[in-house]
Formats: sequence, C-alpha cells, structure tokens
Amino acid sequence: MADAGRCREVAVLARGGAGPEGERHGLWRLAVENPGWDTAVAGQFAMLRPLRFGQELTWARPLSLFGVRPDRVEFFIQVAGRGTAHLAAMNPGDRLVMWGPLGRGFAVEPDTPTLLLAGGVGLAPFAPYIAAHPRPDNLRLVFGHRPPLAAYPFAEMAATIQAESFHEEKPGDLDRFTALLRERIAGYRDGLVLGCGPRPFLAAVADMGRAAGARVQVSLENRMACGVGACLGCVEKDASDELVQTCVRGPVFWAKDLEAFSGHHGTPGKNGGCACGS
Amino acid sequence: MRQLGVDLAGLSLKNPVITASGTFGYGLEFSRYGDLKALGGICVKGLSLKPRQGNPMPRVAETPCGMLNAIGLQNCGVETFLRDKLPFLPWRDTAVIANLYAQGADEFAELAGILSDQEGIAALEVNISCPNVKAGGILFGQDPAMAARVVAAVKKRSGTKPVMVKLSPNVTDIAAVARAVEAAGADILSLVNTLSGMSVDVFSRRPRLANVIGGLSGPAIKPVALRCVWQVCRAVGIPVIGMGGISSAEDALEFILVGAHAVQVGTANFLRPDFAFRLVEELPPLLERLGVSSWEEFRGGLRVE
Repeated sequence: MADAGRCREVAVLARGGAGPEGERHGLWRLAVENPGWDTAVAGQFAMLRPLRFGQELTWARPLSLFGVRPDRVEFFIQVAGRGTAHLAAMNPGDRLVMWGPLGRGFAVEPDTPTLLLAGGVGLAPFAPYIAAHPRPDNLRLVFGHRPPLAAYPFAEMAATIQAESFHEEKPGDLDRFTALLRERIAGYRDGLVLGCGPRPFLAAVADMGRAAGARVQVSLENRMACGVGACLGCVEKDASDELVQTCVRGPVFWAKDLEAFSGHHGTPGKNGGCACGS
Repeated sequence: MRQLGVDLAGLSLKNPVITASGTFGYGLEFSRYGDLKALGGICVKGLSLKPRQGNPMPRVAETPCGMLNAIGLQNCGVETFLRDKLPFLPWRDTAVIANLYAQGADEFAELAGILSDQEGIAALEVNISCPNVKAGGILFGQDPAMAARVVAAVKKRSGTKPVMVKLSPNVTDIAAVARAVEAAGADILSLVNTLSGMSVDVFSRRPRLANVIGGLSGPAIKPVALRCVWQVCRAVGIPVIGMGGISSAEDALEFILVGAHAVQVGTANFLRPDFAFRLVEELPPLLERLGVSSWEEFRGGLRVE
C-alpha cells in the first residue's frame, strides 16, 4: 500500500509486561498506533526513535514486529541498554518516530513441518508467525530462556501449537539445551528450521540443521544505524563473499547463504551476538 | 524569501540542502521516504575505481549526540554505479554529486576522467579526508601540498564538471589546506568530514569499532564544524558547503550565516530517513520568520563586533 515504509510520528497506545512477570525482569510489550501498515511479514522489523531521545541518543532502535493489527503495532522489548530503557519507559500518548516494516521476514510453507527455535527476546517474531500460519498443526516451538518463563508471552503463543520451553539457570544447562535442540532438529529432514536469538545460538542451530538435512533460516540482529540500507553498519558476508546489509537483505537469511552460518567459515560469534536494540 | 536556489561556481542547486556522502546510500534507498527531486543535491556514497568491501565489523558505534563509523568506503565501484544506480536517480532535477575515493593522484584523475563525460553527474567531490582507510584518504587532506597535487590532477581530467574538495577537520590549520586546494584549482570546498575518534568498552576491554579508530559525526561535532567553516570562508574566495551535525533548519542556517553557500546533512538522515526532505520544507518558514530576503543578504552576515 502507498504508506508502507513511510516514516511516521506515532503515539504509544499501551505498555505492559511482556508476560505476567515481565516488568520485574525488564521484558515489556509496547503498542503504538498503526500508521497504515497492512502487509507486514513475521520476521520484519521497524525502527523506533522516541522523541525524548532528543539529540543525546542518536539512532532509532530496530525492533522485530511482535504483532500488527489494524489499530496497533506491537513490539516486545528487552531492556538491554539506554535506548531500550527509554522505549520500555514510554507511556500512552508519548510519541516516537517509526519507519517500517523493514527487511525480509521468515519463509512460510504451510505444508512443510516447521520448527521454530527462539532464544530469549528472539521469541518476538514467532508470535506473528504463529498467528498468521495457515497450518499451526505443522508448527513446533522450542524456547530457551533465562528469566522465568512467566516473564515472557510464551503461554499465549503456546496455546495453539506444540511448544516447549527450557529454562537455562546455571552454566551446565546450556549443554542440556543444546542436546534438546539437536534432538528436535533431527526430526526435520527437508523441513524448515527457523531461528531467532543470540548469534552463538543461531550458529549452533545452523550447524545442527545442516547436519540434520533441514533448511534453516536465521534472523540476525547486527548493530545498525539507519535500517534502510544506507549506513552499511550492519553488513554480513554472504556465501559469495559479498557484504550485504542485514536491514534490507535480512534480517532473516537462509543460513546457507551466509558465510558465517553456511559451514564454510571460521567464527560465527564474532559479530558480537544479539544486539536486540540495545 | 522567494528564491531558495543557489549557484556555486557552475553547480546549480534548487535549494541549499545536499545529502552527505556515506549517509544517503546511492539515494535510491531513501526514495520511499520522500521525493528525491525535492532535494538540492545528493552526494552519493564514495566511489572507487573497483568495488571495495571496507573494514571489518563492527564498524558503527553510537556515542553521545553522535556516532562513530569506520565503514572504510565499502562501495560498488564506479562502473556499477553508473550502470545500475545513476540512471534511476532524478539527476535532471536534483544535482547528483559523485564522491571520489582513490589511493593516489593518478587514480583520482582516472576516476574524474570516467565521470567527466557523464551527463547525470553535476559535480565531483574529492574525498581527501576519510579517516577510515589506510591508504590515501585523510593523508592527502592533512598535507596542503599533497592535497593540492590531488586536486590539480583531478582538475586536468574533470572536463566541465565543477570540482568540490572535501576537507578534514583533523588538521592544525584548515584554512591553510583550503587555500592550497583553492590555488590548485578547486571550484568548491565542502567541510567538515568526520572528526577522528574512538570508543571502548571496559567490560569486554575491546574497542567498539574493529578498526579501533573511526570518524565522529552528529550534533556533537557541530561547534567544531561551524568554526572550521567560519575560518575557511574568511580564507578563500570560492564557495563553501558547510556540514557537521546539522539536525534542524536553524542548524543549517547557522552554517550559511558564517559564510557557506549550501549545506550537507549526514548523520541526521539516520535519525529519521525523511530528515532531508523535511529540512527542505522547514527552511522557507524559518527564513520568513527571520526576515531574510535573499541568500546574498544573509550569507556570511554574522555580526561580529
């Protein structure tokens, strides 16, 4: 539609904990006015810049779309730095500049068994993914988290599909979580495996998916300034040694198309992990 | 004020707002956020003879009232630009300015030669001030003699295209460099490029840029930029384009008040992608409010006792 992608000033409609215990753990959901978007795809994102950033905080923050309804656009925010702290403190009526929906979202193949793998705030894009999927019976979600499960909007997302969570509380838990992921991914030969979370998590998902013969997509959260492909701050090396902008060519990529996730590489964790709008 | 247009040594702009190189892609990235034809000019991402990948990641970092970048001139190369980008830019309406990067005077001249007969290119901006590349870049801009050599070489091959030279603030005496490139034949000066800076993280004990050092831009540098433009405008006779942290119509007029003919806006394009388009619209009412009747009357009209 004509207004898609335009930059608009919008008002906050509501703010609350992302889950029942979200507020205590710095996990929030923010609803803002829908400036006329009707074509968003799960995995796309928007750039949000509260007016109260003034000149002190420079960049808008990239946030994955958590829900797009006719009257509102929703985001799921984890407070990770000053920018996200500002965003999470916004009250109804506060204004922000927003542009989007941006980038490319996750593949939807209704008849293909699809495994959704989320780490922490990486849960966000799977809410609209599940909501829009024509065959929820083909979806399965595995969610790894550190704050308590009730801090996340997990229960509502798990209501309509097969879903399980894993609470990582102590260092040794990571191995058990990895083992769980490997076991689940193994069942998706020729299926779709979609990952969103910290970069090391995505690297592990890509490796295990490749070993299992699954087709894997990962959603990257490289640090970015503009969100429109201009600043070249968020680039990622693709499998043919070209640098591509995560904001316009991603943030969702086929793992095989990226050097760091294709199995022909050195160090996937090098880019600093999940930047998640911090 | 009726007439927003400005003429700078053969470069005609419908208004004095130009988007700065490296902050506006090849222009097309912003076409969904405003009408590119409304802009005075577009300085495209720095072009080199061959495509460049630039520096390792991370290469941008946010800083108070600004940002650091060490992109390192990643670009598609001049040939790809001319084939795949320029034809889609509204160059008949908006001045498309090619920003050039090369590692030596001969290479600069070769680039100028390639661009000199391109109808869609309004002017050449010679980047002798990039702080993020090992060869060339700022080294040319810090030595008046070397800067003059590059400009003279470009002028020999630039045909009828006005040659704009982008100056670095990372020098002891910017007026000296300005005078040297003016004497070498520069038609226009643009300043300032970014200020050399760095940012570190005490938790990881690492620099926030893989390149360690980068270029600081944004409102944080505006006072420095304004001072440089003021000094250069008093030192040379050729038109000057001011830039450095411009984030509002008032900021833009500050640069014109100290003597600039036009301005470039950069980091503000990242704050919101429609910034430059809004700036064009915000200038006339502000000029009205200030009672400005013409650019000639206002430009350089700083009241210094």
